[in-house]
Amino acid sequence: MGLTLERINKVVEGEHHLADISLDLKAGSRHVILGRTLAGKTSLLRIMAGLDRPTSGRLRVDGQDVTGVSVRKRSVAMVYQQFINYPSFTVYNNIASPLKVSGVPADEIKERVMDTARVLHLEPMLDRLPSELSGGQQQRVAIARALMKDTDLLLLDEPLVNLDYKLREELLEELQAIFDQRKSVVVYTTTEPSEALKLGGNIVVMDEGKVLQTGETSNVYRNPATVKTAELFSDPPINFFNGRIEADKVVIGQDLSFSTQAPFNTLETGSYQFGIRPNHLFLNPQADDDVQIRSKVEISEINGSETFIHFKFDGCQTVLHEVGIDTRKSGSDITAYVNPKYFFVYSQDGNLLVSPDGQASPAGQGEV
Amino acid sequence: MKKWQDNKGWLFILPVFLIVAFSAIVPLMTVVNYSIQDIFGPGERVFVGTEWFREVLTDQRLHEALWRQLLFSGLVLLIEMPLGIAIALLMPSKKGFGASVVLVTLALPLLIPWNVIGTIWIIFTRPDIGLMGATINALGLTFDHTASGLHAWITLMLMEVWHWTPLVALLAYAGLQSIPPAYYQAAKIDGASAWSIFRYIQLPKMKGVLTIALLLRFMDSFLIYAEPFVLTGGGPGNTTTFLSIYLVKIAVGQFDLGPAGAFSIIYFLIVLLFCYLFYQVLQSAEEGEQS
Amino acid sequence: MAQIFLDEIAHSYLPETQKEDEYALKRIHNIWEDGGAYALLGPSGCGKTTLLNIISGLLVPSSGRVRFDDTDVTDLPPEKRNIAQVFQFPVLYDTMTVFNNLAFPLRNRGFDKDYIDRRVREVAQILELEPFLNKKAAGLGADAKQKISLGRGLVREDVAAILFDEPLTVIDPQLKWQLRCKLKEIHEKLKLTLIYVTHDQVEALTFADKIVVMYEGWIVQIGTPQELFEYPNHKFVGYFIGSPGMNFIPCSMEDGKVKIGNSLIPVDETTARLANAAEGKLELGIRPLYLNISDTPVDGAFEARVKGVEDQGSHRIVTVDFEGHPLKARIAENDTVPQGKAYLTFPIEWIRLFADEHLIKENKEN
Repeated sequence: MGLTLERINKVVEGEHHLADISLDLKAGSRHVILGRTLAGKTSLLRIMAGLDRPTSGRLRVDGQDVTGVSVRKRSVAMVYQQFINYPSFTVYNNIASPLKVSGVPADEIKERVMDTARVLHLEPMLDRLPSELSGGQQQRVAIARALMKDTDLLLLDEPLVNLDYKLREELLEELQAIFDQRKSVVVYTTTEPSEALKLGGNIVVMDEGKVLQTGETSNVYRNPATVKTAELFSDPPINFFNGRIEADKVVIGQDLSFSTQAPFNTLETGSYQFGIRPNHLFLNPQADDDVQIRSKVEISEINGSETFIHFKFDGCQTVLHEVGIDTRKSGSDITAYVNPKYFFVYSQDGNLLVSPDGQASPAGQGEV
Repeated sequence: MKKWQDNKGWLFILPVFLIVAFSAIVPLMTVVNYSIQDIFGPGERVFVGTEWFREVLTDQRLHEALWRQLLFSGLVLLIEMPLGIAIALLMPSKKGFGASVVLVTLALPLLIPWNVIGTIWIIFTRPDIGLMGATINALGLTFDHTASGLHAWITLMLMEVWHWTPLVALLAYAGLQSIPPAYYQAAKIDGASAWSIFRYIQLPKMKGVLTIALLLRFMDSFLIYAEPFVLTGGGPGNTTTFLSIYLVKIAVGQFDLGPAGAFSIIYFLIVLLFCYLFYQVLQSAEEGEQS
Repeated sequence: MAQIFLDEIAHSYLPETQKEDEYALKRIHNIWEDGGAYALLGPSGCGKTTLLNIISGLLVPSSGRVRFDDTDVTDLPPEKRNIAQVFQFPVLYDTMTVFNNLAFPLRNRGFDKDYIDRRVREVAQILELEPFLNKKAAGLGADAKQKISLGRGLVREDVAAILFDEPLTVIDPQLKWQLRCKLKEIHEKLKLTLIYVTHDQVEALTFADKIVVMYEGWIVQIGTPQELFEYPNHKFVGYFIGSPGMNFIPCSMEDGKVKIGNSLIPVDETTARLANAAEGKLELGIRPLYLNISDTPVDGAFEARVKGVEDQGSHRIVTVDFEGHPLKARIAENDTVPQGKAYLTFPIEWIRLFADEHLIKENKEN
């Protein structure tokens, strides 16, 4: 099944929750909708599910108009942020509930429940009630229920947001395996760039009810068409500085400069915005043509296997992403090395001109 | 078709509209009808404008009843609110058998029909056989609510406090239960005294339910009828003739439906006005409070 | 400020406890240094909040004593212990101004007006709360409210320790690290003993000098972020710290080498000697970061099959099958991803061996 959204708008009390959204979700494809809270992700999901009607626009399944067709008549399953289960049913009955409603024989129900329970590690707790489970287990039950019916469309609305990070890590891996086995269109919303990257597939970057960019996830990550997309699709935040390209050199901030080499020489002289990802700033020189940034450490954030060192450069908040643990004290000196080839260059009005992997198309926004 | 679909939600609240219409608006309109006409019999009625209103408003006995009513409500609130809060504070805070027993005991007076309450207290305060009346007389004091206005008032207030303080206590208790334990822990760590905890944590957090308790108790005590009617019948003399009792005397006793209608509307407006005032004062206290 | 001694602490929420696994806290025996920044890290149900409540005095342990310096405080209530606590959500006196909130603990203790005034302003300055001093606390943002909660602890010069119970739960992600910066700055400036409970490794590792990792009622390790990462004392630490967590493979010893399936992986002599002497189930642990993976055969490398690749932007995680066991390796953004066959090397300095879930190491203490 393919799902097509044509110029979907949703206006609630004069506010545009969704503005002119067109998407084409091909059969069997996987899509991650990335955006901050209130970007319109949930509104869009509800419209896809048929829980809400768009103010204008069409929703088509394999070319057939299904706008306004009730969710009950469509082949849709949805998982929510909150762990939604039937509180008085055992885990087994919770998982079995969608099949019982549609009158599948008991033997088959049992077999399928056991299969799904195995995949999601729920076997030991099939006789328990949801209230006797941990948050992670409850969400697994909700996911299992959504997976029971072989729906054409599987929607997940930030399913992992209320879980501890270790559980998230594990469940995300399980989900990937599950998605791979299914033929349905999967749409998954998240606020976390790292989650989007791990899930792979295609991405839809949303902000304030608009689609900013769509495409293959890793390609969008490496070529964010606008400054806004780059900011949304990076964690820790991408660093941006103002700079100038002159005839013989590129000057960034007050004191960072290097000679105007390829690809910068393809651009006209003038002012630009330069972006650099935190993992492209290094504590040790990597190549001969590296340039240096000196500053003082504000704080080192450690996430277990990586360190994010925050400092100011040219008055801008800057983050360096270092592999391993680095516990340098706040206030100590830091020298960061950066290679010119890693810079993104954006025009003053925020459109991508040059990206490190050299595939930038100044055309900007594109639809999948 | 589309428009109809979008507005389907209205259907769901239609029953509520009907209920409200029958329970409030229709009777009220009937009363308004009475208050501006002189009715002699079926089909014989004359429009009199504001005549009845003028008559009622200048009625000396109504003024007296109003002040009596205000005094009664004021005194009752002054006793019931602090007493109810105090009881709530003393109740066991943990759920368990003890708390359940206290809750049920407290709720008992609320479950008794109002006219029965009057009867109970008539017997309770009788000087010959009533537990309270006989006890007081045995102590050498004379106590008779049918003879002394003061005694009638004391009896009525005791009855009202006994009957309704549990409601205040239950509401306050619910308010107290909703305060997260972290507040008490923080206050302990800050070295706060029991009074400070009450003043800066419990009271502010109970404010919502206390506002509701205050409004409910004011309205109920201001509209009190059944209990004094059964217990004192408005006497001795007119000492316990409250607004409602006086109103019934006009309407049923003298069958002056016109003035009674006007009276009802004025009565209704007075209650509305006071509730509004209470609400406003409490709202502004919240915004303006700077300690 | 004080040193905190936890002397053979154990706690059970059940009245009569016989079996060890009924204890929410099993034997805890530690000294927490004066002026240290500690984080209590672990998943929900590991006993971290129980331990915090025992230190703060909200709970009396079933057995064992708590001492602050030389004073036994085990049976003292929180208000007599000179500790301050910041809770998960802001606990404020809503009807008071920010100034009065901060002054409250001092007023309750009967300090004179001038001192209170000076002290409150000092603390407000550190916390950058000066502009709000005359505002009502109720109307402020969650981050300012948490700062006020913290400030109520800081105004008292006699506090032995400030305890934090997941204080950043309600704070927006963007403001979280600002508040973390502030906490670090305060710690460095005031040298207070801080104890911070969290299940979030970023918060724990960023905030604390020493992280106390708890698991099923035990303290499994106390160490610096680096120690936890490089020398996890217990399998749980290896798994819980770092993403993805450490790889573990069951193994045995043969000829002074680690044997996994048919592969013999060399280790250094000391490790081999200790591993030979160790009892219980033996496992090899290695961090994905330190597992080298190459697409061409290298000297001393072991063959493995690539099962999947996850692009995480700044790096990639490759999952391989090695002798029937899944292993994860991390490779940099620009390194070539092996296809089909991959070749693994286990750097000797990064191999850790575990016996019955505990790290095998030279017996220095414990």
